[in-house]
Amino acid sequence: MLIPNTETDAAYVIRNAAADNTPLAICGGNTRGFARLIQPAEPISSRGLSGIVDYDPAEMVMTVRSGTPVSEVEAALTANRQMLAFEPMDHRGILGPHGTPSREPTIGGVFAANISGPRRLTAGAARDSLLGIRFVNGRGEIIRAGGRVMKNVTGLDLVKLLAGSQGTLGFLTEVTFRVLPVPPATETIVISGLDDEMAAKAMAAAIALPVEISGAAHLPASVRSRFIDGALPEGEATVLRLEGLSASVDVRAQKLAAVMEAFGPVTKLGMETSLTLWRQIRDVAPYVDGTEKPLWRVSVAPSAGYHLVAALRLEAGIDAFYDWQGGLVWMRMEADPEAEFVRRYIRALGGGHATLIRASEAARAQIPTFEPLPDAVAALSARIKAKLDPAGIFGPGKMG
Amino acid sequence: MPEAIQFLPPRQEVLSRRAAIIDDLRGLLPPDCVIHEARELVPFETDAFISYRRMPLAVVLPRTTSQVAAVMKYCHRHGIPVVPRGAGTSLSGGAIPQEDAVVLGLSRMARIIEIDYANRTATVQAGVTNLSISDAVGIDGFFYAPDPSSQLACTIGGNIGMNSGGAHCLKYGVTTNNLLGVKLVLVDGEVVELGGKHLDAAGYDLLGLFCGSEGQLGIVTEATVRLIAKPEGARPVLFGFETSEEAGACVADIIASGIIPVAIEFMDKPAIEICEAFAKAGYPLDVGALLIVEVEGSEAEMDAMLENIVGIARRHKVLTVRECQSATEAALIWKGRKSAFGATGRIADYICMDGTVPLSKLSYVLKKTSEITDSFGLRVANVFHAGDGNMHPLILFNANDPEEAMKAEEAGNEILKLCVDAGGCLTGEHGVGIEKRDLMRHQYTQAELAQQMAVRAAFDEDWILNPSKVFPLEGRG
Repeated sequence: MLIPNTETDAAYVIRNAAADNTPLAICGGNTRGFARLIQPAEPISSRGLSGIVDYDPAEMVMTVRSGTPVSEVEAALTANRQMLAFEPMDHRGILGPHGTPSREPTIGGVFAANISGPRRLTAGAARDSLLGIRFVNGRGEIIRAGGRVMKNVTGLDLVKLLAGSQGTLGFLTEVTFRVLPVPPATETIVISGLDDEMAAKAMAAAIALPVEISGAAHLPASVRSRFIDGALPEGEATVLRLEGLSASVDVRAQKLAAVMEAFGPVTKLGMETSLTLWRQIRDVAPYVDGTEKPLWRVSVAPSAGYHLVAALRLEAGIDAFYDWQGGLVWMRMEADPEAEFVRRYIRALGGGHATLIRASEAARAQIPTFEPLPDAVAALSARIKAKLDPAGIFGPGKMG
Repeated sequence: MPEAIQFLPPRQEVLSRRAAIIDDLRGLLPPDCVIHEARELVPFETDAFISYRRMPLAVVLPRTTSQVAAVMKYCHRHGIPVVPRGAGTSLSGGAIPQEDAVVLGLSRMARIIEIDYANRTATVQAGVTNLSISDAVGIDGFFYAPDPSSQLACTIGGNIGMNSGGAHCLKYGVTTNNLLGVKLVLVDGEVVELGGKHLDAAGYDLLGLFCGSEGQLGIVTEATVRLIAKPEGARPVLFGFETSEEAGACVADIIASGIIPVAIEFMDKPAIEICEAFAKAGYPLDVGALLIVEVEGSEAEMDAMLENIVGIARRHKVLTVRECQSATEAALIWKGRKSAFGATGRIADYICMDGTVPLSKLSYVLKKTSEITDSFGLRVANVFHAGDGNMHPLILFNANDPEEAMKAEEAGNEILKLCVDAGGCLTGEHGVGIEKRDLMRHQYTQAELAQQMAVRAAFDEDWILNPSKVFPLEGRG
């Protein structure tokens, strides 16, 4: 494991690796190691690059070295009643024995994998909060992109390109991102007893109302008891989150409840329980099960999510729940990953993508982790990678 | 004294084949889609950056993606530069052609293809105007959030090319944050789709890379954008301050307090006078600077936010606080702001800068900006999006006086360097175009520019797409 302690060291190590054609597997804390590599590679971690470089709460902007633990970033933000708007999930629970609970996720890893949670639906993904980066490209050059201002169209947006590139285009050394104030109040409206289809309709109706929903998930009966110690009402639970100033949340909750009563019985959870529930949705609590059962993370149009699950149920044993208004589907397969079926139905339902987050070693070796791309897009992506990593040393084969 | 901005020298082999190229284009497209008569080409000579103009070789106005693909395939094969154009409202010269270029205008691809409320998306052709999306869905309680001042005219294709912002992006983000998918034509005529109605496209974030690429990576022909539920209400409030410094400090304190209004717009005294004379918006004329702060939501929420904001403004010795009493009054307040550029154009020629600076540097940059324009003997009016630090100093000059015009350009360059040196950037939402191209070295190292150009080459190795823009002409390698 290579652990450079400075950006200059990182550039030096990478320049040498490029000269020797030594493949490198870029990581932070390596807590999300679900992506397969097609050849062995020397791990290089950002964890030696740690610490907050600049944080002015009044500007709502933070600059941090990429290997800084997420917990350290969140502690600094919490002390100033601020937060990461995109609610990055923690993969350690679902990856169980594969994840390494003793390690800490890093902030660089969050952006390199574009990790977002429930608020992604309305507040954007990690990539939307990322304002600027410093990285080392495959030639060992230190490159800055973006900056620390919210609006910036100066040149090509390499920030977006590197975000979510899973360490295959560059080694992030520093990230600058926007943060938001923590909403003083949070409430959750629960509608009980809806099947998947009705839940999708209810969520679409809710988000069309002027009440600023910041989370919309559907938890079928099979997973209900895995949340908030089983305290959700009996049956299926469709949950809608409201955040903001306390007086405003109260008013909006009343309005929302009044409309949602047409769909089914409505209850409210209150602030403390809401915070727990949405953290558990974020971290995919039902599938923190200590198993190796295949787990898919699927993003499709919100109206397609329940169709996908219904179609797959005819082919395989699956369990599923929905976030992002029904468009983010977490699916645990009883036996095989059934990658062919999953990906074929996604295409048939208008497109999207499936990521194999968890599976046995043997299955992972067979199945591309990330959604295979159409030929033209794959060719373009390969050309872009060659421009950032000409020797092809960063995570060969990881993203196709 | 700076030199006039250069364009790439025209490719002689293209110019010499002009007649044959026009014939070929007429073979590829219906006859009415190819424009080549000199007098008909005039409207395409420039865009809203009117100091520069070049007559293009021809203009094509295709109606379908396959026609766009046919033109790209042909131009790629024959090494003919292509300059994409939406409505031609670029303030940085992004759509100004060159003598050897075919202008590819998307204005005839102006159809809304699908509105899907269940998924809150609109799929539109690239030539659809920004405002027409909100107009189409407004009756059902939705809108499309990015709202550049030119939204009545500018197209969604152009918005994607420039990653356009607007007054309300403090809360809702800019184009890249509201774009879900595109259909686009690559330089060789291949048609690809990125993203769709789902979130976070698979693979590299090519959609994010494409957004703001100023027509250099390909031609967008269709886009799927996010629709958002309209807030219950919105209330702009005017705050008048003694000085620009007080107003700037107030903005920083509002953000620091944890309140994020949907918009915070700033006008200094010259801008107030210009806009009031034009729009009769009822702006106070006895103040040194004005903030328009807009909050939205339910009545309860707006009341609560405004109470906090007014409290902060009082600490900055606010002179005037005026809440609108009616929707008409609110519309008038925005009309004044959104017509700022047009109103300025009535009294003088101007160039509009677009640098963005960290909020903590707003007051400093405002002060230095007026020192710079003073030193050139020029006037400046400041009207800008203060909540996100995106400055828009309008430098006034007389275009009939070439010396003054050059002075204005030079002062503009100094102001943009100031923004970069203050930790900001050259352009927040107008794009680099030709205008800021030669300042790119002030913001980026050679290695950084080379990296961007290398990525560009993955799309367009031969520099056919909008080639005179964004990157300095020297050192392209």
